Amino acid sequence: MIQPRRKNLSIGAMLSKGLFFVGVGFLLFYLLFPFYWAIVSSLKTSNQLFATPITYFPPTPQWVNYQTIFTTQPFGRFLFNSFLVAGGTTLLSLFIGLFAAYAIGRFQFRGRQPIYYTMLAVTMFPSISVLGGLFVLVRSLGLYDSIPGLILTYLLFTLPFTIWILTSFVREIPMELEEAAYIDGATPVQALFRVMLPVIAPGLVTAGLLAFIQAWNEFLFALTFTVNERSRTVPVAIALFSGTSSFELPWNQIMAASVVVTVPLLVLVLIFQQRIVAGLTAGAVKG
Amino acid sequence: MLNLKNKDLSKKQSSLAAWRTRTAWFFLAPSLIILLLVAAYPLFRTFQLSFFDVSILKFPLQATWVGFDNYVALFSDPRWWRSVWNTVVFTFYSVGIETVLGLTIALIVHSEFRGRGLVRTAMLVPWAIPGVVSSQMWRWMLNDVYGVINDLFMRLRIIRTPMAWLAEPALVLPALIMIDVWKTTPFMALILLAGLQGIPKELYEAARVDGASPVQQFWRITLPLLRPSLLVALIFRTLDALRVFDMIYIVAGTQIETISMSIYARQQLISFGSLGYGSAVAAGIFLILAMYISVYLVTLKVEVK
Repeated sequence: MIQPRRKNLSIGAMLSKGLFFVGVGFLLFYLLFPFYWAIVSSLKTSNQLFATPITYFPPTPQWVNYQTIFTTQPFGRFLFNSFLVAGGTTLLSLFIGLFAAYAIGRFQFRGRQPIYYTMLAVTMFPSISVLGGLFVLVRSLGLYDSIPGLILTYLLFTLPFTIWILTSFVREIPMELEEAAYIDGATPVQALFRVMLPVIAPGLVTAGLLAFIQAWNEFLFALTFTVNERSRTVPVAIALFSGTSSFELPWNQIMAASVVVTVPLLVLVLIFQQRIVAGLTAGAVKG
Repeated sequence: MLNLKNKDLSKKQSSLAAWRTRTAWFFLAPSLIILLLVAAYPLFRTFQLSFFDVSILKFPLQATWVGFDNYVALFSDPRWWRSVWNTVVFTFYSVGIETVLGLTIALIVHSEFRGRGLVRTAMLVPWAIPGVVSSQMWRWMLNDVYGVINDLFMRLRIIRTPMAWLAEPALVLPALIMIDVWKTTPFMALILLAGLQGIPKELYEAARVDGASPVQQFWRITLPLLRPSLLVALIFRTLDALRVFDMIYIVAGTQIETISMSIYARQQLISFGSLGYGSAVAAGIFLILAMYISVYLVTLKVEVK
């Protein structure tokens, strides 16, 4: 006998459904509140910031902090530096990595497997263990305290990761595609750029985004290989933020600067969320 | 005649193979040169310099050979062992909590409900915020007088009086673990969610027909089939936590209560400028992580078999 579906949920089911949504609500609060708090703090004056009891909304939203960070220090310069470093690192990684991924993903040759696994190992090893050696290298190349110096050292982690992601994309493209190009007399470089490039574009976007985010957020190398404001990037600037008095830090300005560097990243991540999640989990699951 | 043709063909094939090999190496060359320059060479230098007494302040470097002295000193350096201990405790608790919490979140997001897309998007927020930014955010939130955490916790009656989260020695490490859990649990949850989505729905239907309760389904189906993703997520997170630098450096500085291995190495190398001893510390970290990675590779191989 077919039982009719009951429209009214039992009390137990309703209770567990209610509990479930309370849990979801709490989860959302937990994930989002810290960033909300950064925004609220960035819109307060110092007096409002250090007032008790704490106000959970900005009483009179102050945009002045967003101006102050650009006038009391060259924050625009830091942003520009970060764009140069992250952009340069990304483009270089993609360009160099594409060739390597094509070789590993398509060509059979001795040493292919060891090279692939060495790349994998490089992504795992701690960057602190090369910090001293890199410092000496950067000094002796005359790249200390410069943007090119940062770009070169960032390739340490973006390049293997890029090659790794692109290789998995290259492997999924059917052979027939380039074989046709080779029969028509194309060179490998032509086959790569005319045939593979358009098909592999989604992979380039994923790898490029992840490389950009990594380089944009990097702190240890930027802190160690630069000293002047001339070549300082945003993460170092935010970490080294100091106020007029050493007693209380200007938290409203720090939060304003934090919001400024985070918003572009959040927008990128939200637009490309499917791709990023796919790239991250593919990288992790295939590991 | 026929023989000759075959020979010709195989000759042609082998020359084609040689040509393909040459092309492959040609394509690989730029990447290999760069990685030799920024990975292999500095790593070699780290090991080499660890046998010298050398200051980072003078260029060109003036190094004095000291043999294993740096390693002998490292072995009896209480600050080094304290940093190892801090890092291991930090890793153990953060990865442990992240796994349980990440699995819970993954299970919640895996079920069908209205607003699921919103939660999935929100999960990316802590991950997308730069580490330096989230460290400063939490440092401000954990401020003992003006921090919102004390205010919230007191309103919710979790604590009675404001806590000095970042000044009280016994509270700093738990606070750091709390921050790390917030920042990295979403990553864990995303990997586990991908694993959950790979489990065939038919299995649950069959279990339901056989009268298995949801709890039984979780222990008998979900957990065993999730094992590979769980293992990978655990390994990646452990590796990350063992390397921790940014967050602890910004929130707690170089104080002995919470100094991590990476922070200690950088302090010796750069702040104190002892390139020789600092390199021995860095080499020590490398060896610890290499040990961990090889254990992991062996485990994975066993797992795959």
